[in-house]
Amino acid sequence: MSDHSITVPIGPQHPALKEPAGFMLQVSGEKITGVSIRLGYNHRGIEKACEDRSYIQDIYLIERICGICSHSHSTAFIQAVEEIAGLQVPPRAQYIRTLVAELERLHSHLLWLGVAGHEIGFDTLLMYTWRDRESVLDLLADLTGNRVNYGINTIGGVRRDIDPAKIENILKIVDAVEERTKYYINLATEETTLIQRLSGVGALSKEDALRLGAVGPTARASGVARDVRRDDPYISYGELDFKVCTSDQCDVYGRTVVRLLELMESFSIIRQVCAKMPDGPVSVKAPRKVPAGEALSRYEAPRGEDVHYVRANGTDRPERVKVRAPTLANLQSVAKMLEDRYLADTPIIIAAIDPCFSCTDRMIVTDERSGSTRGMCWDELRRHGIEWYRARGIDTTRIKLALP
Amino acid sequence: MAQILFHIFIFPGILFLLVMSFLIEFIDRKLHARLQNRVGPPWFQPLADFIKLLGKEVVITDEADVTIFRVMPLVALTAAVTAFFYIPLWGTEAIYSFNGDLIVVLYLLTLPTLSFFLGGWYSRSVYSAIGATRALTQLFAYEVPLLLSVLASALLAGTWSLSELTRFYDAHPGWWLFNLVGFVVALIALLGKLEKVPFDIPEAETEIVAGYLTEYSGSLYAFIRLALNVEMIVGSALLAAVFFPWGLSCGPLAGFAFFILKLLVIMALITLLRSALARLRIDQMIQFCWKYVSTLAFAQVIATLIFKGVFVK
Amino acid sequence: MKKPAAMTRQLLRSLFAKPATSRYPYEPSKLPRGTRGRLKFDPAKCIGCRLCVRDCPAGGIEVTKTGDRQFEVVIDLGKCIYCGQCAENCNKEAIMLSDDFELAELQNSKLVLRYDVKPERKPAPES
Repeated sequence: MSDHSITVPIGPQHPALKEPAGFMLQVSGEKITGVSIRLGYNHRGIEKACEDRSYIQDIYLIERICGICSHSHSTAFIQAVEEIAGLQVPPRAQYIRTLVAELERLHSHLLWLGVAGHEIGFDTLLMYTWRDRESVLDLLADLTGNRVNYGINTIGGVRRDIDPAKIENILKIVDAVEERTKYYINLATEETTLIQRLSGVGALSKEDALRLGAVGPTARASGVARDVRRDDPYISYGELDFKVCTSDQCDVYGRTVVRLLELMESFSIIRQVCAKMPDGPVSVKAPRKVPAGEALSRYEAPRGEDVHYVRANGTDRPERVKVRAPTLANLQSVAKMLEDRYLADTPIIIAAIDPCFSCTDRMIVTDERSGSTRGMCWDELRRHGIEWYRARGIDTTRIKLALP
Repeated sequence: MAQILFHIFIFPGILFLLVMSFLIEFIDRKLHARLQNRVGPPWFQPLADFIKLLGKEVVITDEADVTIFRVMPLVALTAAVTAFFYIPLWGTEAIYSFNGDLIVVLYLLTLPTLSFFLGGWYSRSVYSAIGATRALTQLFAYEVPLLLSVLASALLAGTWSLSELTRFYDAHPGWWLFNLVGFVVALIALLGKLEKVPFDIPEAETEIVAGYLTEYSGSLYAFIRLALNVEMIVGSALLAAVFFPWGLSCGPLAGFAFFILKLLVIMALITLLRSALARLRIDQMIQFCWKYVSTLAFAQVIATLIFKGVFVK
Repeated sequence: MKKPAAMTRQLLRSLFAKPATSRYPYEPSKLPRGTRGRLKFDPAKCIGCRLCVRDCPAGGIEVTKTGDRQFEVVIDLGKCIYCGQCAENCNKEAIMLSDDFELAELQNSKLVLRYDVKPERKPAPES
């Protein structure tokens, strides 16, 4: 076998990947015989950068960890900070956060459906889902002030209130998008080529999903009914009625179905939020300096469980921020899913976990001999980068950017 | 001599095909966009792309075989253009014709695929190699049904010449309806030949970047695109001549208008199919072609033979 | 029921419908009201309190003293992330966000806004 196998690099730059990540595939004919995954092309040092900024500034930085689930990250971070500071967030603020969270899930899942279509050469599906997603983005811009990095969260509440006219607008758009989602659900059960390309691809059994620690729709499509919204209710999910969608298909088709059904659940949650929205203030005054303490916060992002850890030391800056993005939890299962599949299935299998590599990339120095690990400070990291490139003949310090 | 040169360079040769290929590409892209609820490109976009590509630097990798890499796009273009001379355009007579030209056209249409295979293979890139292998694998799947479906139509007419075939169906109006199943088969096979979705497996963007075209750039890439467009025109024209051989005896102008209309209808069908389907995997494509498409083609041939045995005698 | 090309009806309907995309920039486009766009700074209202500088996540605002009760305010739109925290912090409504999103410039320097601020001395409240 190995005599005839060739190595196909999928990434770090490849049309199938929207962000850099390296997948080296050993391919024999069209069959994949081995996979090695390499991450770290998109390391931005955000956790470290958080330590140099105040809590208010960190919200906007954390929000930019991910361009799609920005609200997830900022809410997870803020929940931790609020817990340390012992702030009581007004219920109306919690409802608005829930509303934005679910709208974010809508546009994220619609985006995923389009990307999945693109990965299997079904560009028309991409065009249509993204067209429908656009109305959700416009709605979010209307509610929060921006299309993706909403900036609605602030410590102690939210920054913008929602008036009844906007709620009416939300319900109108939700109805329209629900209509379209039903169409896509119908399409997913009808279109032959779609089913052929998705079902049976990227199998991940329930045992493997549990063993490899899969989260979010990836785990739920393997029959693992795990959802932080239900297991450990945060913001106002405890007061809302929804069900956790699972599938026993254990393949990419199952992941598609789970996401589509979750969309339907999201519509119902948004309607409940709009109906139950309590009156009152939308924020409480937050102190600039957060008392010493630490907190762990969990959040069900569209891609899965997002975990933030914050340690405060009594100043206006956090001492440590740790982010575990859902993609990191799911990457382990990608290698499993790729086993014995065709080369042609690679893009859709990778896309099926809805990867977000820039959210994921973290850095830690590991010494293999002693087994010890340590982090690097900002300057050290910068120096390391410059030297790494210089050793390869590129002197980044001499590059002059031709900026006017 | 002047006439021959006119045929080769002006009409229906290179210049006409150049204009047609830009037109056809525009219609394809515009229709594709409108089907997807987009605005789509302006009419001069294919021409602008062509000129832009001509102005770009041609990058050839160190490991590539320079001669084959450079020559293959031109071989593909030449083969596709040559095939066009044997297809009746405005009447029942093509510019050049002899008994057996149908087979020649089919094989001339295979040449682009083979030359792309060689070009891709000798560009020594992993993606190109996989794309080239896929192109050949796919070739074996669609070539048989395409040949069989065309054969069915030729059997009924009892000739291997496209011009004679057209004359036969012109003399027997309505008989072309008998070959409709063959047309469906040929259309599916043509999708494979032109590497359009759902059969764009050899150049599947999200899997192998651009397949055998990955390393091509600049003017070489421009000529490959041109060759693909011409192949699309010739393929559609062949289908129009073989399966819709009507309306050709009502004068050259009306005949030519009919020809363009048929071409556009076939083009529109291809665009619609490529918009409405997802890309298949190579194993699914082979299975589909051998299991269903070839069976249909065989059925058409057998039906034709029986029909001929019963009625034509 | 499985059927190939299940989207065909939708596609054909789109053929006769208005496209969802537009020929921007030939046709104007607008973002929803309330979108945070280009910063608008009103030097007449600014008192140089530097509250905006303190919380700007991008470090895009600089306020430097140029003389007695005189400031220079430099706002770098190239650094701005349009979060609107400065506008929220400002007690005098000197910084506002407009809904202008067409911010592309060919020169970096055109994105740097400079203002000279001379807050007027308000008459001291009579006690």
